[in-house]
Amino acid sequence: MTTAVNQAMVEKYKGNFLKEVTDNVEEGNWVKMCMQCGVCSGSCPLGPHWDHPPQELFMMIRANKRDEVLSSTSMWMCTSCYNCVARCPRGLPITHIMHGLAHYGKRMGMKPKNQPTEKFGQMFWDNLIKKGRVNELKLGLGLYFKDGFAEGVKVSMSKQKLGLNMMKAKRMSPMEMLGGHGVSDLSGFHAMLKKAEELEAARVGTNTDAK
Amino acid sequence: MTAVVATNQTIIVVGGGISGMTAALEAAETGKQVILLEQRPYLGGRVSQLYKYFPKMCHPTCGQEINQRRIKMNHNLTVLTQAEVSNISGDKGDYTVSVTLTPRYVNNNCTACGDCAKAATTEFDDEFNYNLGKRKSVYLPNAMAFPQHYVIDSRIIGTAEADAAKAACKYGAIDLDQQTETLDLKAGAVIFATGWKPYDANKIQAYGYDRFANVITNVEFERLMDPHGPTNGKLLRPSDGKEAKNIAFIQCAGSRDKNHLAHCSRICCMASLKQTNYVQEKFGDDGKSTIYYIDMRAIDRFDDFYQNVQANPNVSFIKSKVAKIDEDKTTGNPVLHGVNTEGYHRYANQHDLVVLATGMEPSVDFKGFPIKILVNDEGFIEHDDSNGGIFAAGVASDALDVNRAVQHATAAALRAVQVVNQVAGA
Repeated sequence: MTTAVNQAMVEKYKGNFLKEVTDNVEEGNWVKMCMQCGVCSGSCPLGPHWDHPPQELFMMIRANKRDEVLSSTSMWMCTSCYNCVARCPRGLPITHIMHGLAHYGKRMGMKPKNQPTEKFGQMFWDNLIKKGRVNELKLGLGLYFKDGFAEGVKVSMSKQKLGLNMMKAKRMSPMEMLGGHGVSDLSGFHAMLKKAEELEAARVGTNTDAK
Repeated sequence: MTAVVATNQTIIVVGGGISGMTAALEAAETGKQVILLEQRPYLGGRVSQLYKYFPKMCHPTCGQEINQRRIKMNHNLTVLTQAEVSNISGDKGDYTVSVTLTPRYVNNNCTACGDCAKAATTEFDDEFNYNLGKRKSVYLPNAMAFPQHYVIDSRIIGTAEADAAKAACKYGAIDLDQQTETLDLKAGAVIFATGWKPYDANKIQAYGYDRFANVITNVEFERLMDPHGPTNGKLLRPSDGKEAKNIAFIQCAGSRDKNHLAHCSRICCMASLKQTNYVQEKFGDDGKSTIYYIDMRAIDRFDDFYQNVQANPNVSFIKSKVAKIDEDKTTGNPVLHGVNTEGYHRYANQHDLVVLATGMEPSVDFKGFPIKILVNDEGFIEHDDSNGGIFAAGVASDALDVNRAVQHATAAALRAVQVVNQVAGA
């Protein structure tokens, strides 16, 4: 699925993907500072499970591999452990760039299919913006049921004890099922989000991926 | 009391390594009065601790010997060892340099016969070998030490051992009553040739220099090759004394890194390329070297040297900054982890020994200096008119190899000569 904003970006940058990343991806201006030493890739605890480690993604950006980068599952694998940031000899905020690339790919409608981190991220966001507070009960259950009803029941049963203990310790309330708690100025919160979306749309273009 | 004549036409050179010796000699050979101060008990500095130089692969003792001969023949040059600058004040053409002289407890009667050392029993870490071995409490710092006089470690003064050493001397060369002295010396110009120290490898946490015996630094590797060194010139690794035939060199260990030294230390690429020759020299085709690098910086005429090493089938190059090192518990082999930029392949490579190509940092913190001089972000002295009659020579100014340090020292000598000429009204 590609989107109108994606078409517009392809048109605007005409094969200069590095410039596109520099202009639009969070901390993307750092990509050109990479000197390909590889210490990030070697330091990543999930490194062996990525298709393309950070160092390679940076080189692919320079090599104009737009589709391969934006649809990659690699940056979605980042767990924000910050090992790479701590060791990078040039001080690149690699963790932030990974999240920036993931976000940008998703915005361009190029997110990988069935990527659990991406799915959970969207679920978390949708949950959060309803009330301005995360409803952990609904989020947890939503996560259990993400792969269908039968799987959901199975996972819920296996986590039963955990849920009960959390309720006992008053870490979670069953009453959250009925609406749940939220911020005091809910309309103000929603107005703020709307404004942020407008600003983002003015910068990158209308987000057609969200819903 | 040490008598030293110094006027505002004197040039003082601080640091008696290759740069300081060069600057002092070049100035003294133009007829100027020069005082050379050295903190250690001998001249030669870090160059004397090298096994061979690049690119000609000759022994530093040769160049040392030439300089020592020049010093002996020159009556304008006064050498003070175990001398440390404690203060400096004044202006261009009129400086006062306060110098603290710590006693050697051995006078010029010493013939370096070594009888005093035979009487000594206590051993201390051998600084000359980067503490890889031990030396006696009464010792000749190294075989080429200049002045060729023994030294008594101040830690044994007042013990029966010191008295025994004195009793063993047939020449009346041991004077246990020597005291620390302070001299205030006049100078028209001062040259700082204070050189460098290897970057502290313990700070590179992921490489485990502090945890793994078989991870050493490039300066320590030089000492292993020296026939007078801690292993008598055998390439033996520290953990079990096994011959180290499969050696990894890690470039930019602490250099070009925002977390450590931001600058390129410039010598380490050539140093590692040179050290692959050592491995060949010891083991022939059984000796394997692997260089892990970001990019090789064999500048201008050194490219020939680089190409020769590249042509050697026993040396391989992996374009990768090693991410971390751990240790194989059964063999004691360091295991290097990282990703090869050429193909993005992940590796976990075992080697007998890892040599960290640690960089150079200035040995003196000039920022807390008693007199104002311009120092850059890396801690080296910048050449600037506002420094007045104070000049840097060699690595005090930037990370340099021996060749460039000597050129730089000659330039510093000429600058200092111009200052004292002005003072003399010439």
